[in-house]
Amino acid sequence: MARVGVFICHCGENIGRTVDCAAVAAEAGKMSGVAVAVDYKYMCSDPGQAMIRSAIAEHKLTGVVVAACSPRMHEVTFRRAAAQAGLNPYLLEMANLREHCSWVHEDRAAATAKAVDLVRVMVEKVKRNRALLPVRVPIEPTAMVVGGGIAGIQAALDIAAGGRKVILVEKSPSIGGHMARLSETFPTLDCSQCILTPRMVEAATHPNITLMTYSEVAAVEGFVGNFQVTVRRKARYVDVAKCTGCGDCSTKCPQKKIPNEFDANLGTRTAIYTPFPQAVPNKPVIDAEHCIRLTKGKCGLCAKVCTRGAVNFEDKDELVQVKVGAIVLATGFELWDHSAYGEYGGGRLKDVIDGFAFERLASASGPTSGRIQRPSDQAEPKTVVFIQCCGSRDEKMGKAYCSKICCMYTAKHAMLYRHKVHDGRAVVFYMDIRAAGKGYEEFVRRAIEADGAEYVRGRVSRVYRRADGKLIVRGADTLAGKPVTIEADMVVLADAVVPRAGSEKLAQMLGVPYDGDGFYSEAHPKLRPVETAAAGVFLAGACQAPKDIPDSVAQASAAASKVLGLLSRDELEREPIIARVNSQTCVHCRACINACPYRAIEDAALPARAGAPAAQVARVNEGLCQGCGTCAALCRSHSIDLDGFTDEQVFAEIATLE
Amino acid sequence: MKTIGYYPGCSLHGGGRELDMSLREVCRLAGVELREVDDWNCCGATAAHNLSHELAVALPCRNLALAEQQGITELLAPCAACFSRLKGTNVRLARSAELAGRMREVTGRDYRGTVKVLNLNEFVSRLLADGLAAKLISPLALKVAAYYGCLLSRGQDIVEGQDAENPDGMEAALRAAGCEVVDWNFATECCGGGFSMSLTPAVTDLSGAIMRDARACGAEAIVTACPMCHSNLDMRQKGMGGDFQGAGRMPVLYLTEVLGLAAGLEPKALGLNLHFTDAMSAASARHAQPVEGSR
Repeated sequence: MARVGVFICHCGENIGRTVDCAAVAAEAGKMSGVAVAVDYKYMCSDPGQAMIRSAIAEHKLTGVVVAACSPRMHEVTFRRAAAQAGLNPYLLEMANLREHCSWVHEDRAAATAKAVDLVRVMVEKVKRNRALLPVRVPIEPTAMVVGGGIAGIQAALDIAAGGRKVILVEKSPSIGGHMARLSETFPTLDCSQCILTPRMVEAATHPNITLMTYSEVAAVEGFVGNFQVTVRRKARYVDVAKCTGCGDCSTKCPQKKIPNEFDANLGTRTAIYTPFPQAVPNKPVIDAEHCIRLTKGKCGLCAKVCTRGAVNFEDKDELVQVKVGAIVLATGFELWDHSAYGEYGGGRLKDVIDGFAFERLASASGPTSGRIQRPSDQAEPKTVVFIQCCGSRDEKMGKAYCSKICCMYTAKHAMLYRHKVHDGRAVVFYMDIRAAGKGYEEFVRRAIEADGAEYVRGRVSRVYRRADGKLIVRGADTLAGKPVTIEADMVVLADAVVPRAGSEKLAQMLGVPYDGDGFYSEAHPKLRPVETAAAGVFLAGACQAPKDIPDSVAQASAAASKVLGLLSRDELEREPIIARVNSQTCVHCRACINACPYRAIEDAALPARAGAPAAQVARVNEGLCQGCGTCAALCRSHSIDLDGFTDEQVFAEIATLE
Repeated sequence: MKTIGYYPGCSLHGGGRELDMSLREVCRLAGVELREVDDWNCCGATAAHNLSHELAVALPCRNLALAEQQGITELLAPCAACFSRLKGTNVRLARSAELAGRMREVTGRDYRGTVKVLNLNEFVSRLLADGLAAKLISPLALKVAAYYGCLLSRGQDIVEGQDAENPDGMEAALRAAGCEVVDWNFATECCGGGFSMSLTPAVTDLSGAIMRDARACGAEAIVTACPMCHSNLDMRQKGMGGDFQGAGRMPVLYLTEVLGLAAGLEPKALGLNLHFTDAMSAASARHAQPVEGSR
């Protein structure tokens, strides 16, 4: 005989406001098989959980229904409490009186009646529950970090410091990411290179870190603890083991006019190149698209001058298989292409540049060695206009969000410009100054008060090039209530921060959700900010939302601690909600095998036994099954049932509603 | 001979007569008959929607209903304001069944929305593709600025396929006529529009800025397809300052006048003698000799 305990939670006023919880408890008490039914203000609190634990012992309960919030919120909490009281956790079910009832209804009487139904359904289910034991799977004690910017580097270093192996995969020829391109960093004006490059070297030399640069994730299979990742190692055409990084090859390369991406296309590079002098690894790659030898079959000068014989034109992309237990995504961001802004020249005006271009102009290692020169004629601009929110906070451009970093880097740009061009004017057009961060507001005030940046609150309606080369910037000064026109020599647009191109494809490979703007979604915006809905996949840096360096580093360390927590165990307990095949009735039609999205069902041979001949059947791999139920719904001979959601349970739930 | 519905509006019967004349000349050459809508009324222009949104839709709606009744499927509205009102009415009616129902009551006519409205740029591009290009035997070696103004560049669902900041409907036609099209900044700036009478200094300021930018970018003339813009740029040069007096004056031409000149038509027949700012001398002085077998 079943003895079910029913526990009705008020969830403060969340449920209690709309549902008469005491009445629900009274009704539940009358249901067949219910031994005890009570209500309480906060069932998830310590006294609430204690109430459940003592009732299990006192009434010798065989099942528990907690009627409270969504199981996504607290099922784990309550099942843990049941287990502490000696009840198998899978004998506890939750009826969702909050999201499914009180939050979506207004009529108290009707909502209360519905709550009684929801409880009755779960009582019927739990009477048919059976004890389940968690599935144990081994954990591969290695992590993968995708993206070698500051977030990826930090995550890799922290995981490595925790004693676990890390594979750091970076798409471009060198790690370092955007931070390597920055001149100085807010709010302290540290030289970006000086604080970053030692970290890059540390990552490259750490015994626990394997660097895979010029490589991309091509495919991912498996699940938390047991990911099988295929990495495409792109053809580098240079044998890194033989190369000494002497640079003779790029000195001799005749293709010298290729726009240098690292310098925001302000400078040029050769076809065989190292992206920047402090690159890690400090070994060149050949850009196959521009190499004369690889496109036309001629030249080959680099191979001739290389005394080590490191150049190999026959190099091919290589697919490398690795096993990892956890993955950190740190794929970062890029700047939105402002050519959609016709009113700012639509990308056609040479002296209208983006933030990265300004960083390279201001950087000591940039194409101008740190001198501020405008791209069209290399003249030193005497008036520079900075326009914030270019794309960001502009729903017309499809971006409602604030890019977060621009207020600060624009203040920094204005400051750096004034430090370098003493007689120059820096004018900043802004909508609001968002400087919420440690030392940030002070930094902006310093740009305005100490360094004389002129801040104009208002939007710019138009930027055009007058025949004499001046950029005419027309806008509104909304504080003065007047239109303003500024004759500028250069304009810097604070373009919106957008996720890296291709990041959606990676998310789809991993089953990581992303938002409408393409940023990866965290599992919970407040309480699980570095986890994703895909178990074992974590987030770090601007791939999740626009972030500055301090935030990226903090999140990277958080992700690393999550990874270390996961990898500290030898085995992983997985939910035993898995499909089972009744091999007596399975006719081996293979429909389930073909339909399973996780490739968790395989062919199995059934040996001949007394009275029954040998047969082929389907069998579920417990390690791979995710309990989605596709096979159970599909099975034509009704030979598959899902533990925890058997046909018997589901039909009983429906039947009790009449 | 092909036929297209024609809605001249008030301008082309008045201040914008040159546009009507040159358009008719070009159509004659291209073998297209203009069929004027019988009993048409005012499109509402800028005045109606300042008074009543309903009136601003009802006026063009009646014209469209008349055109539909008279068997017109395509309607050319050379005036940019007429085009914007007529096409805008089509867009609004398609968007709201309620408005369409209300308009049936107000106009007493059942308009089914079958009349496609064309502006001058769209029409000219079609003429060129249909053989007019081959008839432009007398290329006009003039450096021009293609000026669109607001109504031929704005209203995303009205001016379909045009980048509001960088429209490009006119340039190809001007090049076909032999002109050099300058790269300039003010192709979509406001000329001052209907404030011509009520706030004349603002209009001379705005129109003057347009003229100045065109000149600074190397243009010898401005080409427009809008009678309102034309009147402001052509008529207000006197108030624009010293650089637009005497020899500094700058001709403002209609797109159809340019095509007519390039086809070797009589400047007077195109209405070039009717401009406030002399266009005759500029056009004829710059008229290159017919090139044998050209285009």
